[in-house]
Amino acid sequence: MKSIFFHLMPYRDLPADFESRYESIWVTPPNTELCDPRMVAQYYDWNLAELELADRLGFDGVGVNEHHQNGYGFMAAPNLMAAALARRTPNNSAIMVLGNTLALYSPATRVAEEFAMLDVLSKGRLAAGFPVGTSMDVNFCYGITPTQTRPRFREAEELIIRAWTEQGPFTFNGTFNQLRYVNPWPQPLQKPHPPVWLAGGGSVETWDLAATRDYTYSYLSFFGAKFGKKLMDGFWERMDELGVDRNPYRAGFAQQICVSETDERAEKEYLEHCSYFFNKCLHIPPYFFEAPGYRTRKSTEFAIKTNQPGVIAAAAALEKDWKTLNEEGFIIAGSPATVADRLIESAKTLRVGNLHALMQIGSMPHELTCKNLTLFAEEVIPRIRHIWDDEGWEHRWWPSGAADRSKAAEGVDAGARA
Amino acid sequence: MTTVPSAAPTLPEGVTERLVPALAGRLEARVLVAGQGDPVLFLHGAGGLIWDPFLATLAQRHTVYAPEHPGAGESDVLSELPGIWELVLYYDELLDSLGLDRVAVVGHSFGGMVATELAANSPRRVSRLTLIAPIGLWRDDTPIADLAAIPPEALPGLLLADPESPLAALLAPPADDPQALFEAAVRMASILHFIWPIPDKGLRRRIHRVAAPTQLVWGERDALVPPVYAEEFAGLLRRSQTVLIPDAGHLPQLEQPQSVAEAVLDFLS
Repeated sequence: MKSIFFHLMPYRDLPADFESRYESIWVTPPNTELCDPRMVAQYYDWNLAELELADRLGFDGVGVNEHHQNGYGFMAAPNLMAAALARRTPNNSAIMVLGNTLALYSPATRVAEEFAMLDVLSKGRLAAGFPVGTSMDVNFCYGITPTQTRPRFREAEELIIRAWTEQGPFTFNGTFNQLRYVNPWPQPLQKPHPPVWLAGGGSVETWDLAATRDYTYSYLSFFGAKFGKKLMDGFWERMDELGVDRNPYRAGFAQQICVSETDERAEKEYLEHCSYFFNKCLHIPPYFFEAPGYRTRKSTEFAIKTNQPGVIAAAAALEKDWKTLNEEGFIIAGSPATVADRLIESAKTLRVGNLHALMQIGSMPHELTCKNLTLFAEEVIPRIRHIWDDEGWEHRWWPSGAADRSKAAEGVDAGARA
Repeated sequence: MTTVPSAAPTLPEGVTERLVPALAGRLEARVLVAGQGDPVLFLHGAGGLIWDPFLATLAQRHTVYAPEHPGAGESDVLSELPGIWELVLYYDELLDSLGLDRVAVVGHSFGGMVATELAANSPRRVSRLTLIAPIGLWRDDTPIADLAAIPPEALPGLLLADPESPLAALLAPPADDPQALFEAAVRMASILHFIWPIPDKGLRRRIHRVAAPTQLVWGERDALVPPVYAEEFAGLLRRSQTVLIPDAGHLPQLEQPQSVAEAVLDFLS
């Protein structure tokens, strides 16, 4: 299994009464009042240092993503962060941008250009994430009509792949992108194009796209494997229906992880930061989650059939104490052995070969984040790296320029540290 | 601008449903028809099409044609109607199909916006125009609330002069009924499709073309589209008169059906 350190870049010092005083962490948290650019300068410095450390420690990839007007992730332009990382990851980790919210860019060739630049700059280490994007980002922050969310995404996806693979210039006469001359310089280094990683929260259309275009699919939620089981079962059933193999590297999942010397010590060190995340960073009113029209009829019918609204409401209503967070799988925390065992169980349950490890959580300070990353890299990664080897699948979606540490002899990771 | 369920399968006595082919057969428009007399086209708001006492009263003196706004049903029709321009042409075509060369038009809220656009596009087709709390204009100093970001518990206060009235129960489907919530969301999506993220799609540039004498009906206590917008419309229309309805919010025709119906019938006659 590939381990990617995925950084959300949260505001680490929200006021103690944030969730009772403000409507939402996303869309409307007042910027002048709550977001001090001097603090953000410090956070960005830590965030990048943490990602760079992950590269040196032997993570397979470093991950960034895009959100807007969001207190738990103010990485409005992930490509800027990825550009910084491309220059400062000597251990050749994959640069996973998960991703650019395609519907927001007009023309969408902007994404084709920036991703191609990143791919060239990183010498072919880019994994190109194509998320549909949340309703908060797409509809509320960027003003895209909800019913246009998916049509814009699909058109952008087609345009970007053509811009990367067809000889330019060519003409593209779309509904949302009308371009007489498509001819971006450069095209990507990876051929035919950087691997595309889809990310989603359970839209069935996204699964079909993953199958028909041979893209990976990462299920991104903050509620762990137990919660994601029904959904990923649905994903694999759909792959079966479409005649797609069950290669676990087609799929990824996000998991919050806290590693310490012992299980007891993990609680002492990490509980406050996990509570901060679940209480403040997920403080979002239901109406922002899904503007009417954001989801298609088909996906909404599936959501109702599998009781997604009920399950989400139940998860949101749970008290977020240490026991619950662990038992429900919202976090995987404890000693390296505990964490490895539970990750293996989760990965096998969901049948996923890519782990987006969320390891800087909420208010977690820089030093503790570095400890978390170090223990994980040294003592957990060696135990989870080879869990799918016995099935013999090939990871066809790993960037060709990135190091493939699964093939390195044990011990090389440590020696490669800068 | 509510989420009242659309008309029940069984229609009130005297009301018939007509399915009219539109968009070269790609869509069937659903139109409720009732009454006798000079024709009136009624365009509903975001709450959906419901045969209410106000329409019943109109139908005592007029033949009322009340089409359902397209896109709330099964079909993928919204991709055929990407913007307000195509929607206006759709209604123009529908009037042709209904054989209504010249017609009085009454529109509520979003339906009022569409009615004004229709009258601006086809000024010779609309004989008289009644706008009940229409949207379509925007003032930075009096923003209209984001319809997609209103907590259900805040709806009655925004829409009704009396939030305690029995009408409050009709504004949102039960929170524990996902199917009903979904149907309501699809209806709302079909409206938001034309007004996201701000209900200003350029009507200000076109409204001067409206030739029909226009009546503006506004609830005195409309908290969603405050009565200052009546002045805004009046300032841009060639010929208009304003009727303010006491003890009414954004749904004056539901809160005060008698006085609204009287005022409208009087204006149309």
